[in-house]
Amino acid sequence: MKDKILMKGNEALAEAAIRGGCRYYFGYPITPQNEVPAYMSKRLPEVGGVFIQAESETASINMVYGACASGARAMTSSSSPGISLMQEGISYIAGSEVPAVIINVMRGGPGLGNISPSQADYLQSVKGGGHGDYNVIIFAPSTVQELADYAYDSFDVAFKYRNPVMILADGVLGQISEGVILPEFKEIKDAPEWALGKGKERNIIRSLFLNPEDRLTTHNIHLQEKYRRIEKEIQYFEEYKCEDAEYLIVAYGTTSRICKSAIDNMRNNGIKIGLFRPISLWPFPYAKLKENAASKETLFVVEMAYNQLEQDVRIGVEGAAPIERLNKLGGSVFNEEEIIDFISNSITLKGNKYVG
Amino acid sequence: MSDKKYLYKKTAVLTDKSSHYCPGCSHGLVHKMLAEIIEEFGIQKKTIFVAPVGCAVLLYDYIDCDTLEAAHGRAPASATGIKRSNPDNVVIAYQGDGDLLAIGMAETIHAANRGENITVIFINNAIYGMTGGQMAPTTLVGQKTLTTPLGRNPSNEGYPIGACELLNTLTAPYFIERCKVNSSKTAIYTKKVLKKAITNQMNNKGYSFVEILSNCNTNWGMTPLDANKWIDENVEKIFPVKNFRDGDAK
Repeated sequence: MKDKILMKGNEALAEAAIRGGCRYYFGYPITPQNEVPAYMSKRLPEVGGVFIQAESETASINMVYGACASGARAMTSSSSPGISLMQEGISYIAGSEVPAVIINVMRGGPGLGNISPSQADYLQSVKGGGHGDYNVIIFAPSTVQELADYAYDSFDVAFKYRNPVMILADGVLGQISEGVILPEFKEIKDAPEWALGKGKERNIIRSLFLNPEDRLTTHNIHLQEKYRRIEKEIQYFEEYKCEDAEYLIVAYGTTSRICKSAIDNMRNNGIKIGLFRPISLWPFPYAKLKENAASKETLFVVEMAYNQLEQDVRIGVEGAAPIERLNKLGGSVFNEEEIIDFISNSITLKGNKYVG
Repeated sequence: MSDKKYLYKKTAVLTDKSSHYCPGCSHGLVHKMLAEIIEEFGIQKKTIFVAPVGCAVLLYDYIDCDTLEAAHGRAPASATGIKRSNPDNVVIAYQGDGDLLAIGMAETIHAANRGENITVIFINNAIYGMTGGQMAPTTLVGQKTLTTPLGRNPSNEGYPIGACELLNTLTAPYFIERCKVNSSKTAIYTKKVLKKAITNQMNNKGYSFVEILSNCNTNWGMTPLDANKWIDENVEKIFPVKNFRDGDAK
């Protein structure tokens, strides 16, 4: 039986990444994720790895590109403004079909914003973010345990599909301390045959295809076929008290935890409400969401952003249920009461039997 | 017939593909010299090139080694990632003046400052070639380009940047030299310098930087011969050809 230990989210994800095979970390300081590079700088040399504090996020992501292109398990972490700087590199990594793991501990924006938790990078993450037709696999954990588990697994996923994987956390998850059971150290096999310096044949890793008719088009079709395969194989979500629910909240990450408390509270008052929590934000579990939405009176999309998650909810629900939104803007976190008040008032205004 | 001896033969490290470089351009010569050195050292399988954005982006079409195509200016960062995770490979970043000194200035300085055990080849032709002849950080004062139609004017565009001079202010680099390849004699010497810069890496000496004054006769609007002469008469006056640092000489 493995012991549960108390760890800060940023440190738990760093340790779990190392246990998942990460030996190379490149990053630039930014709050609220500074515990990740600090932990890596101390821990990686102990396991024979390398830590570099890069000159910028731009350099960080291109160091990851070089290391992963030669078959190494490398990662970077940052927060919103730094992730914006990495978008060009992420596009190159996706275009060249190189695996990579990127952690975004989101903070308030736009611009320099603030250093408080936010979910306002949703669209940037799930819809591409950089130039060209590509997708990044996005996992959105809601606890320190999940943060560690996805950091651990994301290297296998990235290498399986030769595609960047991003863990979309927020300032709460990065900073909170919770009990976590750390996974075992993973045995990493030899570098893949496609990697630089590793193949029997010569390997070129690139995203330039100059003849648009038969080269770049073919390459793009190949990428899209891969993305369709990923969509079939990765559909992660959680259903919380959905079985008898007449109302449904859709939320992810930190927000989803607060919604769970609100749901428990509302259920004590007789409101039959549940939660649908997407965990893979790309690919988004549209079909499962629609299934859940079908018989509901109302869906409430709750997010620390404006109309971002909601856009995917609307794509999934396809008008099967009315949708209302509750947004928290500018890097601040919901409290349970305001979620309960919003939903209760909404139900009352519709003359619903539950609220008197 | 069988006892026929070759005095000169194309190295097997160069592919048979026709070059897209303009006739007279220095890139082809530098590619050939690098390929010959790689063959001579027997390191074809362990050499990894990092290609830039610019004229040399298709470097992998000609030099038959594993290659990463970097984003514009990021070759030293990507080379860092490769070398740190694969210290036994020989990693060569090959960059032009816009790539190395404009968009990639930060990556250039910081890879050098960390003393990364890589070899950086810098082709300085004082202009952007691939995009059709715009001003580069190394464009000479008064030099006409697509974006300095009246000639580079320091009051608006500043002065040409010396890469070797800048890097020579840092403590970490092991080897810094500026060469030219506009004559047989200078090309033969440059090949020796390139050999040294790669040998340094194989001996784990650290960061080696070789700048090569090159011509861009097409965008300079000159014949190749005139362009080579222009290097001696103008470019070299601003960018002196010399060794700036040799760790071995310490």
